[in-house]
Amino acid sequence: MKACPRAAGVAVMVIVLALAGCEESAIPQGMRIIDGNPERGALLIREYGCPTCHTIPGIRSANGIVGPPLDRFALRAFIAGRHANTPDNLVHWIMDAPDMAPHTAMPDMGISEDQARHIAAYLYTLR
Amino acid sequence: MDWRTTSQTDSPLFGRLDGIQSVLDPHSPQAEAILSLGNWIFAGGTLIFIMVMSLLAFAILSRRRHTPLRSTTFIAILGFVFPAVTLGVLMVFTIIVSLRISEAPGEDALRIHVTGHMWWWEVVYEGPDGQPVETANELHLPQGRPVVITVTTSDVIHSFWIPGLAGKIDMVPGHVNTVSFTPTKRGLMRGQCAEFCGAQHAKMAFYAVVEPQERFEEWLARQASPAREPIVDLHEAGRTAFLEQGCGSCHAVRGLPGAEGEIGPDLTHVGSRLSLGAGWLDGSVGNLAGWIASAQHIKPGNRMPSFDRMDGPTLRALAAWLESLE
Repeated sequence: MKACPRAAGVAVMVIVLALAGCEESAIPQGMRIIDGNPERGALLIREYGCPTCHTIPGIRSANGIVGPPLDRFALRAFIAGRHANTPDNLVHWIMDAPDMAPHTAMPDMGISEDQARHIAAYLYTLR
Repeated sequence: MDWRTTSQTDSPLFGRLDGIQSVLDPHSPQAEAILSLGNWIFAGGTLIFIMVMSLLAFAILSRRRHTPLRSTTFIAILGFVFPAVTLGVLMVFTIIVSLRISEAPGEDALRIHVTGHMWWWEVVYEGPDGQPVETANELHLPQGRPVVITVTTSDVIHSFWIPGLAGKIDMVPGHVNTVSFTPTKRGLMRGQCAEFCGAQHAKMAFYAVVEPQERFEEWLARQASPAREPIVDLHEAGRTAFLEQGCGSCHAVRGLPGAEGEIGPDLTHVGSRLSLGAGWLDGSVGNLAGWIASAQHIKPGNRMPSFDRMDGPTLRALAAWLESLE
């Protein structure tokens, strides 16, 4: 029974390392946004009024019903049902949705590329 | 577009917004007087509470049969003289403060009339040429000039309250009440309906902007002018959609034939406002579109139906045109 503390220590290490690995892979390789800060993204989401139209997990009073809900957005295959859900497409979409889908109801809200990156980074935390 | 966002804690134009709706951050001598009265009452009340609780503890814990607390003098002083003097002083203090905050302002005071609706605020200024200028859900006030605000309501009792500027004043059907104050510090403040008026009472707020005299005059002159003509095709399409959807039956847009409605807020310069839905959403093209499409979801029971049968481009054009009305 003397080895028990050591075994427990090893087990804890294994779990910690496994969790660290999880953290590392939380955002899949193809969905990392360069220079994107999810926390700033969450602020910008509120500032630009995204919650008015979208239901967005983690954003206070974001229960809009005008556009599609954005829960598990990182797992969705398409943006607006027509464009692959890639970082480039998403950033472009946030900046100027009508440019990508002329019949969308989502307006061009004058969001800069830098801001769009932060917003996209937040959306890719939704799994 | 020059949206002054209000959702952040820091605003480039107005500095920090911590005290945006707080009686503890007064922006006028009247609000300061109310705050100092409140502070004195709070401090005095705390002392008296501690004193009463100490006496109670002493009475409970003391094992002596004849404590000094039973003497007639003690009861007469603490039970009669003390409350009479304290309440008397408080009454005089309150009367002095009341007189001070209800002093009639001079003839040069700015006059504004506000009408409460379920659930928004109709605001009417006297324009540069003496004509009334209507706006909604937002007050602009020149720094350092006395303001007289007359209030009434079109439906139930509301209460007009900007905690940073003055006390509450009830809005009573068929009756006009008056509140006056002099905003001395520039800044952004938030007002709120302070009388439960129905399901969306909590979503009946507004912004008050205290700005230098010249800026205020520019603002008022712009508000007095009719809506600007569309310059681009998108705005033209938006204006057409506005008329086709029948928005003009409830909303007025000065200068646009077919838009003379009086049920909802005047939208002549809606694009210049800080908020939509009476202080509930920040003013922005996205929020405009979202509000049009789901007003009943955002603020259930308000008088505006959700216009959710438009196609995407029409909704976008309509929102873009409204945003252009600065």
